[in-house]
Amino acid sequence: MFGLDRKDLTLFLVVVALALFAPFLLNPFPSDSGLAQFNAGYPDLMQRFVIFGIFAIGFNILFGLTGYLSFGHAAFLGVGSYAGVWMMKLLTMNVIPAIIISVIFAGLLSALIGWISLRRSGIYFSILTLAFAQMCYALAYSVLTPITGGETGLQLNLDDPRIIGASQTAEGNIPVPHLFGLEMNQTWQLGMGGWEFTFSAGYYLAAVVMLVSFYLAIRLFRSPFGMMLRAVKSNQQRMNYTGLNSRPYTLAAFVISGMYAGLAGGLMVAMDPLAGAERMIWTASGEVVLMTILGGAGTLIGPVLGAGLIKYLENILSKINKGVLEQWFAVMPDGIDTFLVTIVYPFIGKGWHLTLGIIFMLVVIFLPGGLVEGAQRIGKLFRRTRKPAATDDPEHHPKPQPHVGE
Amino acid sequence: MDAIILQILNGLDKGSAYALIALGLTLIFGTLGVVNFAHGALFMLGAFVAVTLNKILTLSFTTVDETRTDFLGNPAKIETPYVEAWFGPEVGGWMIEWSVPLAILVAIPVMALIGLVMERGLIKHFYKRPHADQILVTFGLAIVLQEIVKFYYGANPIPTPAPEAFKGSFDFGALLGFDPMTIIYPYWRLVYFLFAMVVIGAVFAFLQFTTFGMVVRAGMADRETVGLLGINIDRRFTIMFAIAAIVAGLAGVMYTPILSPNYHMGMDFLVLSFVVVVVGGMGSLPGAVLSGFLLGILQSFASMSQVTSVLPGINQIIIYLVAIIVLLTRPRGLMGRKGVMEE
Amino acid sequence: MGILEVKDVNKNFGGLKALSDVNLSVRENSVHAIIGPNGAGKSTLLNCLVGKLIPDTGSVMFDGQSVLGRKPHEINQMGISRVFQTPEIFGDLTVFENVMIPCFASRDGAFRMHAYEHTRHETDIVSMAEQMLADVKMLEKRDIHAASLSRGDKRRLEMAMCLVQRPRLLLLDEPTAGMSRADTNNTIELLREIRDKRDITMAIIEHDMHVVFSLAERITVLAQGTPLVEDTPENIKGHPKVQEAYLGEAA
Repeated sequence: MFGLDRKDLTLFLVVVALALFAPFLLNPFPSDSGLAQFNAGYPDLMQRFVIFGIFAIGFNILFGLTGYLSFGHAAFLGVGSYAGVWMMKLLTMNVIPAIIISVIFAGLLSALIGWISLRRSGIYFSILTLAFAQMCYALAYSVLTPITGGETGLQLNLDDPRIIGASQTAEGNIPVPHLFGLEMNQTWQLGMGGWEFTFSAGYYLAAVVMLVSFYLAIRLFRSPFGMMLRAVKSNQQRMNYTGLNSRPYTLAAFVISGMYAGLAGGLMVAMDPLAGAERMIWTASGEVVLMTILGGAGTLIGPVLGAGLIKYLENILSKINKGVLEQWFAVMPDGIDTFLVTIVYPFIGKGWHLTLGIIFMLVVIFLPGGLVEGAQRIGKLFRRTRKPAATDDPEHHPKPQPHVGE
Repeated sequence: MDAIILQILNGLDKGSAYALIALGLTLIFGTLGVVNFAHGALFMLGAFVAVTLNKILTLSFTTVDETRTDFLGNPAKIETPYVEAWFGPEVGGWMIEWSVPLAILVAIPVMALIGLVMERGLIKHFYKRPHADQILVTFGLAIVLQEIVKFYYGANPIPTPAPEAFKGSFDFGALLGFDPMTIIYPYWRLVYFLFAMVVIGAVFAFLQFTTFGMVVRAGMADRETVGLLGINIDRRFTIMFAIAAIVAGLAGVMYTPILSPNYHMGMDFLVLSFVVVVVGGMGSLPGAVLSGFLLGILQSFASMSQVTSVLPGINQIIIYLVAIIVLLTRPRGLMGRKGVMEE
Repeated sequence: MGILEVKDVNKNFGGLKALSDVNLSVRENSVHAIIGPNGAGKSTLLNCLVGKLIPDTGSVMFDGQSVLGRKPHEINQMGISRVFQTPEIFGDLTVFENVMIPCFASRDGAFRMHAYEHTRHETDIVSMAEQMLADVKMLEKRDIHAASLSRGDKRRLEMAMCLVQRPRLLLLDEPTAGMSRADTNNTIELLREIRDKRDITMAIIEHDMHVVFSLAERITVLAQGTPLVEDTPENIKGHPKVQEAYLGEAA
C-alpha cells in the first residue's frame, strides 16, 4: 500500500496513529493530579513537536544520507518564516500561500548557499554553511531591518494591505491565520472524567503536513536517489570512477532539506504569525543537529523522535522550579532532601540546556546511532537472552556465572 | 592617514583575541587532528578565572563604625575586603586593583588542568572518529561548559575593570607627530596587543627552539613518520592541548576589561575564530596569527562610517564574506601547505 | 592504432621527473601489462589516464578522443573503468546496491533524480545487477554490507561493479596486491574468464610477475619514468635491460 514495503508501511501507520491521537497520548495524567505537569498534550507544544519534526526530517535527508554536516540550516527556516509573514502582510491570511512561499524562498536560498558550499566537503563545508548562516543572521538583524523588522522581529500590522481579505477585522483586530476560514488558533475541548483533551486546528494542519513530509522522506530513502546519496557518504571516489558526478546529488539533497526547513518556518508562521532573527542564529542550527543525532541520523524515525524528545524536555524541564523540587523530595529525611534539591537544581528550569548538552555528549560518545540504535541494541539483548533457552545445546551452554556482588 | 592608523589600531585588540584563539585551534587541529568546537569555551573560562579572582579578592567582612553614620543616621557599616585586613590596605588594595593581571598567574595552572582533563577524559577517544563526531562532541561540551558558568555567574555580563594605571586613553597621534586629538587610543587595548604579541612570541619560540617543540612541529608535518621513530608523540600532543588551552584562557583573562564577560562570549568568538583559521590555512600557525590580525583590522575598517554609508551592514558580514571568497578561490588558506586538507 | 594511445607524456612533481616521454599503445581486446620497479611511475601514469592527474605535456587518446582535462566521471562515461589497489567499494551499502549503482550510472548518465520510485521497481537494473552477481558467484551474498566482505570478495565485487558497465578498457592497479597465494590464483582465474568471455581491453599494473606472465599478451617495462621496452612476455623474460632495471632495484 502507498508504494511502501511492509516494514515502512507499519512504521508510517504507527506515526500516523501517534500524530492523530497525540492529544490523547500526550495527556496521560488527569488535569488535577500532581503529574499533570508532565502532560504535553496542549496545542502549542504539540505544534512544536511536529514542526521541528519536519525540520529534523529534512536535515536528516542531507546529514543522515550524504554525511554533509550543515551548521546553517536555521537560516532556511528563518527565511521561510520571513517570507511567510510577508505573504500574510501583503496577500492573505490564508496559510496555504504563506507556506508555499516559505518553501520557495528557502529553496532558492539553499540553492544559492548549497551551490557555493558544496564545492568543499568535510569541515570546510560545515564552516562555510556556518559562515553563510551567520551572515544571514547578521543581515536580518541589522541592514535588512526594513524587511525583517530587525531586533523586534517581523509582525503583522493593522495597516497591512492584505489584498485578498481585510487589513483588520470588524472589531479592529489583526486577523488570525486561517485555512479557508478555519482559524488556526481554534480549539475544541473534550472532558472525560478527570482528563481534559484539547484538539487544535493548527496542530492538525501541522500534523498532516508532517505526515506528508514523512511519507515523502520514506519514498526518498527507498528510491535510487536515496541510494546514490548513501553512496556519496560511503565513497565519493568510487562514485566518480563509476561515471557519477556527486555534486548534483548533494546539491539536490541540500535544496530538498532546505525546503523542508522552509516548510517548518512557514508552519511556524501559520501557527503564530511573527518571525525574528534569533531563529537563524547558529545555535538554532545546532539544535536541529542535536535532534537528528539524538534520534539517530540516517534512520527514518530518528529525527522525529529526537525533535519530540528535545522539545518535550525543553518544555517540561524548564517548567520545574525549586519549589516543585522541594515538594518532590519532601518525603525524604531532612538534609537528604535539601541535598537532592541542590544536586538536581542546576539541571532544571533555566538550566535545562545543561541537561541537553550532557545528554547530547553521552549520545555522541556512547550511542552514535542515537535512540534508534539504543532501541536496536536493547532489542538484540532480549533476543540473545532468549536464544540459549530455545536451542538446547549442552555442549555450548555456558555455565551461569554468579554475578560479582551477588 | 590618521584615520587609517586609527582603524588599524582599533582592529588590533579584536585581532589579537582572534589570533590567540585561532593559534590554539590550529595547534590542536595540527597536532591532534581534532576540530575543537569547545575552544571558544576555553576563552570564556579564562575570562571567568579573572572574574572569580576578582570576586575572591573582594570578599569582605562587615564592621560597624560607631563614630560615623550613613545618610540615614545609623552607624556606618564598613565593608573591608579580607585581603586588605590580612596584607594591610596598601598591598590588599593593590591586589584588588591589579586582579586582572594577577589572574594570569592563576589562569595558567587552572587552564592547563582543564586542558589536560579535557584531552585525557574526552578528546582522546575521538582521534579516530570522523570529524563530524569531533565537531558534535566538542559542540556538546561547549554547551555544557557555558551552561555551568551561566548557572554560577548568571546570564548578565560582569564588569571587571582594568588597573587604574591603564584606565583611560592617550593621544597616540601626538606621539607620531599627527595633529593632537586625532588618534585617541585606550591604554588597555595597547596592553592587550602587546600581551598578545608576547604570548604568540612565546609559543613560537617554544616550538622553534626547544627539542619538544621540534618534535611537535615534526609531528604536525608528518605524524606517522615521527611515530615510527619511536617517539611518544601522543604525550607531547596532550601537553600541546594544555598549552592551547592556556593561550585561549590568557586571551580571555586579559580581554575582560575590554568586554565584560558573559557566558556566551566563547560561542561568539568561536565562530569568527574558525573563520580566521580557515582563512589563514588549516594547520598553519603563522597563517592563523596573520589572518587573525588581518580580519580584526578589516572588520575595523568596514565599520568606518564612510564605508557603512556606501555598503550598509558590511561590517557585520565582512569576515564571513572574506572566508567564503578565500575558501572558494584558495581552499588551503593564505598560508596553508599545498595538499593539506584542501578538499 | 590502439584503443589507448599515450604520446610523449611528461609529468613533474616539483623538481622530480615522474614521467618523461612516455609512449604507450594498447591494442583493442588485448591484455597489456605495465611493470617496473617501485617509483618507476606506474601509478602516476595510471592517474594520468583516469583524469586524477593532468600531464604537463603530451596527449592521451582513448578511441580517438583526448581524455585530458576531463573529470573522472566523464572519462568513465567514455568507457574506461578502474580497479584500485585497495578495493574501492561502497562499504556502507549492500553488495547488491553496490552493483546497482554502476548500472544506474550507465543507464542514466552522471545525474538523474529518481526520488520517488522504489529502487526495487527498476526491473531492468535489478535483473542486470542480479545477472552480474551470478556471473561472479556472489549472488548469495547480495544483502551483506560490502564492508564486511573478505578482501578477496571485495576485489571480486569491485570487478563486478566495473564489468557491469561493460567498459571498453579496464584499468587494474595491482589487483593482487596484499593477497594470499590462493586469492591471487582466484583473481587470475577471474581475469582470464573476463578476458575470454568479453570483448574487453585490459591494462594491468602489477608487481607480481606470476600474475603478469599468466595474463598479459604484451608487456611494457617502465623504469624511472620512461618505458624501457615493450614486447611479448616471452621476449621480456630474457631481456637484459629488464633484468638490469630489476637488479638495480635489488642492489
